[in-house]
Amino acid sequence: MKHNAHGRGRGRIALGAVAAVTGVALTLAGCGSSSGGDDDKAASAIPTGGTDDGTSLTMWSRAPLEKQATNAVNEYNKTHKNQVKLELLPNDDVEGKVGAAVQTGSLPDILAGDVVRVPYWTEQGIFMDLTKQIDSLPEKADLQSGHIKAGTVDGKEHTLPFVTDISVMVWNKDLYKEAGLDPDKGPTTLQEFEDQAMAVAKLGKKDVAGTYLAGQSGGALVFTLFPMIWGNGEKAINDEGTESLMASDSAKKLYAAYADLAKTPNGLGAGSKEETGATWTAPFQNGKIGVMQYPATAVSALFDTSKFDIGVAPIPGVDGGSSTFLGGDAIGVSKDSKHEAQAWNFLSWLMTEDAQQKVFADNNDTASNLKVLENGYKDADPRTVIANSTIKDGQTPIAVNFNEAFNAAGSPWQILVQDAVWGDASKVDSDNDAITSTLGQ
Amino acid sequence: MSQSTYAEPVVAPSPLATSSSGRRRRTATQLENRRGWLFASPTALLLVVLFVAPVVVVVVMACSHWTLLGGAQGGNFPDNFTKLFSDPLLGKSIGFTLKYTALTTLILMPIAYGLALLVQESRRWNTFLRTAILVPSALGIASASLLFYALYSPQVGPINGILEKVAGTEAGASILGTPGGALWATVVLVVWRFAGYYMLLTMVGLQAIPSEVYEAARIDGAGRLRTLRSITLPLLRPTIAMTMILSITGSLLAFDQFYILTKGGPNNSTLTIVQLIYRDAFETRKDLGLAAALSVLLLLALVIINMIQLRALKLDADEK
Repeated sequence: MKHNAHGRGRGRIALGAVAAVTGVALTLAGCGSSSGGDDDKAASAIPTGGTDDGTSLTMWSRAPLEKQATNAVNEYNKTHKNQVKLELLPNDDVEGKVGAAVQTGSLPDILAGDVVRVPYWTEQGIFMDLTKQIDSLPEKADLQSGHIKAGTVDGKEHTLPFVTDISVMVWNKDLYKEAGLDPDKGPTTLQEFEDQAMAVAKLGKKDVAGTYLAGQSGGALVFTLFPMIWGNGEKAINDEGTESLMASDSAKKLYAAYADLAKTPNGLGAGSKEETGATWTAPFQNGKIGVMQYPATAVSALFDTSKFDIGVAPIPGVDGGSSTFLGGDAIGVSKDSKHEAQAWNFLSWLMTEDAQQKVFADNNDTASNLKVLENGYKDADPRTVIANSTIKDGQTPIAVNFNEAFNAAGSPWQILVQDAVWGDASKVDSDNDAITSTLGQ
Repeated sequence: MSQSTYAEPVVAPSPLATSSSGRRRRTATQLENRRGWLFASPTALLLVVLFVAPVVVVVVMACSHWTLLGGAQGGNFPDNFTKLFSDPLLGKSIGFTLKYTALTTLILMPIAYGLALLVQESRRWNTFLRTAILVPSALGIASASLLFYALYSPQVGPINGILEKVAGTEAGASILGTPGGALWATVVLVVWRFAGYYMLLTMVGLQAIPSEVYEAARIDGAGRLRTLRSITLPLLRPTIAMTMILSITGSLLAFDQFYILTKGGPNNSTLTIVQLIYRDAFETRKDLGLAAALSVLLLLALVIINMIQLRALKLDADEK
């Protein structure tokens, strides 16, 4: 009896508590909705070149670009009254941290992010509209345009290139010599790529393979395979970013070449199918791979340290031509910034030839200013110059849902490549439809 | 309102009730009531702030269009739920989570019981054994996962080499590279990490069984098997129920180990429900509403599953 009465009383109290909390929560929800959906803050009050008055600015970038971001900030802080405070976010936490900051209005003044994420961020109103400022930049015509296009929504420009990372074709000259290939000539078509990889595979050396692929990393697969489609003069996704074109005849030829290599002993390096991207540059670095696509920043670091000779060339298209993936990070001023004039001072300074030379070229990193790319690498390794020359033909794929469709773990694009190279190649068309439906949602 | 309803049950046991006048009685019970509320309020407040409020927020979220970067944009019930069920990954992740839960529970429970018996019976190595078995439980799941990630790595870990010699597997192929390999690798990690913890719980249950009962059984001539079947297991039932509920609930909510070891791969074959929630919220769709909808469904499922378990193990009020 007593128990029952207790139970009833408690139940009612709990009900009352729930009702009270619902009220609180609804109020909270109301707060949330008023802060969301902000329109782009217009930045009309910014003077040309921005303001340098000793303001302290905050900036976020991601950990993989620590070297370049630190160089840029140190160089700026040395020569300006404004001081930028850099915070590096772990690559996997960027989306969550930015999301949380957007909800609470606590974004940093300057925000740099992976260029494939930038279209979505821009669409969600994270960056300030800088159309007027960007258009009046004297260097605008010299900047690689992929990172500006990625941050353009309805004709309004929001972002500039921060760090440019590109993909190039690299080969192990020592293995080429052993296999009877010309060590000074890399592949210029898909067929040559396959033949050369096969020749290295036929050496039959333990742990040595023709080429390598990061089968479980959508991001690395985009970085390595898209340029072979672009080089052919074709598109990987349509201009609106709503349809995947990765089931074209050229794309299927590309997958077939990799499938051939996968079936050949030592054709495609062991672990390719399972490679999540964490270690995909290691096998080539260890001299175990004949020829593969590679990040330009990673290979330039190998020139002095590797025990074997490395060749570098642009990534060939399926039937010829060449292209590269203009990856890296774009940079903009956040909607929450109260120091937009000072933040613009940093951005416009970074675009100057002088800054691009000091921050990037002098450190053997890839500049975003085409003039610097042409003239600024006089003392650099000739292979860095070859890599840089591909930027003018490079592209950045732009789609709001690009990350979900291509880059995310287990993305439909990853499934497509898995089927096409190691599984049932007849699924390519339906897999490609799955990418399109993700892009278009 | 609630104060007066609460007053009823307190009246009866109060010693003042019989000896004093109505008026004195009322003030006394009111005083006692107030004191009761004061004592209970810190807990109640914590419960509301830390449990009830988040649940309510999640329910509100589940019924709204609420994106990660865009914030709340008004209600849209039941869009999140319909969208949820059109996702082909949902069925896949539910299937995998159930499989994983069944596997870990079926493997973990007997091992924990065996270890508890071993530690109880063994005299010489008792302290050493207990410590050794319990040490993994002192490690966070994330740290333990990272440790195993290194062990499983074909580049730096020793396990690939051992498997190559013993089972003749390919040297460069990662253990985590195949769906089966990834599942079993995680099960091994979880068993290693939790066996000691469940052993401890089982041991406490075993020690709570009075030795007189065993003595009586021995006098009655019961053998080892009979003692186990008629004495140990029935008296251990509350403990078994508790460990099973903990293990099943924990496995259904598995996240850390898969997030670190497999990221749901290869090709989404080890994607658990909570990972799908995380992905929907922070990685792929960046839709908090959708993720909240799935969380609410998972919460309901857990409540139902736990109710069924309690029923099935016939645990009535005084055993709880």
